[in-house]
Amino acid sequence: MSTEHSKESIQEHIRVYIMVFGALAVLTVITVLASFLNVSTSEAIFLALIIASVKASLVAGYFMHLISEKSIIISILLLTVFFFFVMIFLPLISYTDHANI
Amino acid sequence: MEVPYIVKEREDTGLINSKLGIWIFLASEIMLFGGLFSAYIFLRLAAPPGDFDYWASKLSVPMATVNTMILISSSVSMVMAWASLKLNDFSKYKMYMGITLLCSAIFLVIKYFEYTGKFHHGIYPSSSTFMAIYFTLTGLHGLHILGGIAVMLYFYLPISHGLWREQPEHFSNRVEALGLYWHFVDLVWIFLFPVLYLL
Amino acid sequence: MSSNSHSNDHHDENFIQKYIFSVDHKVIGIQYGITSLLFLLFGFSLMAIMRWQLAYPDTVIPIVGFLFGESGTLASEQYNSLGAMHGTIMIFLGIVPLAVGAFGNYLVPLQIGAVDMAFPKLNAASYWSYFVGGVIMISSFFMPEGAARSGWTSYPPLSIFENGQTIWLISMIFLITSSLLGSMNIIVTIVQLRVPGLTWMRLPLFVWAQFVTSFLLVLAFPPLEAAAVLQLMDRVAGTSFFLPSGLVMSGEIVDVAGSGSPLLWQHLFWFLAHPEVYVLILPALGIVGEILANNTRKPIWGFKSIIYSMVFLGFCSFIVWAHHMFLTGMGQAMSAFFQTTTMIISIPSVIILTSYFLSLWGGSIRFNTPMLFALAFLPMFGIGGLTGLPLGLAASDIYLHDTYYVIGHFHYVVAPGTIFALFAGIYYWFPKITGKKMNEMLGKLHFWPSLIFMNGIFMPMFIQGLAGVSRRLADGGVSYAHASGVLHLNEFMTTSAFLLGIAQIPFIINIIMSLFSGEKAGRNPWNATTVEWAAPSPPLPHVNFDSDIVVHHSSYEYSNPDAKKDFILQTEK
Repeated sequence: MSTEHSKESIQEHIRVYIMVFGALAVLTVITVLASFLNVSTSEAIFLALIIASVKASLVAGYFMHLISEKSIIISILLLTVFFFFVMIFLPLISYTDHANI
Repeated sequence: MEVPYIVKEREDTGLINSKLGIWIFLASEIMLFGGLFSAYIFLRLAAPPGDFDYWASKLSVPMATVNTMILISSSVSMVMAWASLKLNDFSKYKMYMGITLLCSAIFLVIKYFEYTGKFHHGIYPSSSTFMAIYFTLTGLHGLHILGGIAVMLYFYLPISHGLWREQPEHFSNRVEALGLYWHFVDLVWIFLFPVLYLL
Repeated sequence: MSSNSHSNDHHDENFIQKYIFSVDHKVIGIQYGITSLLFLLFGFSLMAIMRWQLAYPDTVIPIVGFLFGESGTLASEQYNSLGAMHGTIMIFLGIVPLAVGAFGNYLVPLQIGAVDMAFPKLNAASYWSYFVGGVIMISSFFMPEGAARSGWTSYPPLSIFENGQTIWLISMIFLITSSLLGSMNIIVTIVQLRVPGLTWMRLPLFVWAQFVTSFLLVLAFPPLEAAAVLQLMDRVAGTSFFLPSGLVMSGEIVDVAGSGSPLLWQHLFWFLAHPEVYVLILPALGIVGEILANNTRKPIWGFKSIIYSMVFLGFCSFIVWAHHMFLTGMGQAMSAFFQTTTMIISIPSVIILTSYFLSLWGGSIRFNTPMLFALAFLPMFGIGGLTGLPLGLAASDIYLHDTYYVIGHFHYVVAPGTIFALFAGIYYWFPKITGKKMNEMLGKLHFWPSLIFMNGIFMPMFIQGLAGVSRRLADGGVSYAHASGVLHLNEFMTTSAFLLGIAQIPFIINIIMSLFSGEKAGRNPWNATTVEWAAPSPPLPHVNFDSDIVVHHSSYEYSNPDAKKDFILQTEK
């Protein structure tokens, strides 16, 4: 996609970048404020991770141009994300399984 | 003979080599930080209740919030630098790259004060498992920032500008790859910030 | 073709640019090959010393005894060092660099018709990172603390307190970085640099194997890097990632913050190390596939199902790792999960092996040296794989865990399995690399004793393991009452090991002799079909091919009834 950029489309991109920047700043403030809310730990974790995921999706989608990326890259990343979750959750599940003996 | 598809995309994949390369590198980085996040959750579950909260409360949220903002700004200026190259505006590129460099330097300075503040109060990686994973994760992230700064300096200083004059397309592709790396470093911080400071 | 102008660009390279800090994938491949073969030999010598100790405990070691102190005998700590370093060197410095670094680097660009790897400088960086890692690993023998002695698995808490581990970790970080750089390069090369006409289903098996292997390396190695960083912190910064609270050592509670978990290391380690097993075996399967097709003179049976099996194998290898951890007190639900995935992963391996056996059916087989090694690979890998099944089931694993049965099992996969395939590959592609053929007589003199003595070493291990002999005993089981009935096998295995060493002499002679006075090989001495045989032997520096190439055929078009000869090169019209 990089060679086919016309001047107009780049300027359109720049407008999007500024908007994303604003959204990221607002979300950062919201995360900090949310941490002062009087909620249970699991709710706090849920909330913080949701906000972080939204921010991460904005960065990955717009700054890293993932929303218009080629299918090879998307599929490699999906594979990686799958194994990422395998690596996070399988040890955890087997740990809690240990604890229940 | 030159290796093909450095500047021009291959037809069936629609990609240049460096873009695929940097994404595969980032995939491995996801797994690297994933391993450490996995360790964080595992250790948090294994720790005595309240232990992680107690130690996390010793971290400075204001400093980290400022750092988050700075890193996000550096990410924006990085993508603006790339966009300026695409608009053929080299002086704007220099300005935005300079801002990115400045932001990343400030980030490290604040990090330095955070670290020395901890050491000053007698808190070290060996103090608790939380502090251990905190120093390891932020330290590794800091090393990534340092690496990014080294590459950014190369593209900021005149030594690399010959490539811009000869092959502007090639130059902006390299900056794009650098940008992808930099956004990833930002992305890691977006998760590190709530996980270490706020939970 | 711009090769003329190109050779002008490069003809003023000096010796160092051309042979030492080269960015040509062929030179880097050869550098990888030579270095890793030397490491294999070194790792083998470590094993020879260990085997001497096992057969004749506490007797003076012949020839090299003076290295182990005044007594000339092996202390238990030294035995542990040799064990840890044998494993580490064989896997991370020997076989992976030979299979992926050497064969992958040299052959992948040739087989896909590319001029070089996608990132030549990164390729050189990968080799030099490997080299530095290797030097650090070897240097640990000369450090005051000595070499690492916590096994190649480096389980904490032992590894946190044992000597020599810090150097091991630093070296591993270099080796992991090297593998990561190399495998990224291979993926990009395969995706981006295939010549026109070379579609995915026309790629040879070896390229597919390298493709899947590289993904395993890219995605599985980083968690080990993370774990190595954590262990390094435990050793250097006094943290306790892997140390539980209240750990007692030598009767005293260890003074650390605690609340860490030794199991965390095992999870992160095996998350790498199980895919690593497939990193060791997939390139071997690829090499064997090439050679079988070539020497049976017929297409590989079930070509597509082999490819799908390889991909599935790679995918599944990420979700079976905890079958190494049945004895850590894992609950029934997770045990059942990992047993199931382990049984599932054996299916694609069996599909591949069956397809290879069926490929032999009705072929007019040429029994040359590469083919002999490839044929021997099949039953050896079969034994290795089948003996793994009892280890994948918790009930039988509880009995067999940490016995010599395990050693026998994985050595059957890796030693007469992968190493035989790598030997086959060396004999098969030597003419392409050097332009000279290897000597057949010496090759057979290398093959037959190797086959016999390999089995002489590893087959008795199953017997000892079933009798319950632990794999960690530095005296070979003398102190272990139950072992007395099977201890006499130690001498037999040790003798086999030394004879196996002697059997490698014809191989070394063969390489050197053929290099200087071997029969000249043309472009295509084996009448093979894949793209690399369209290049001159050796391929031209930096450009590989002397004409533009386009692929018109699938990879193994042997004995096509419509063709004039019994093979069609992929690049032929």
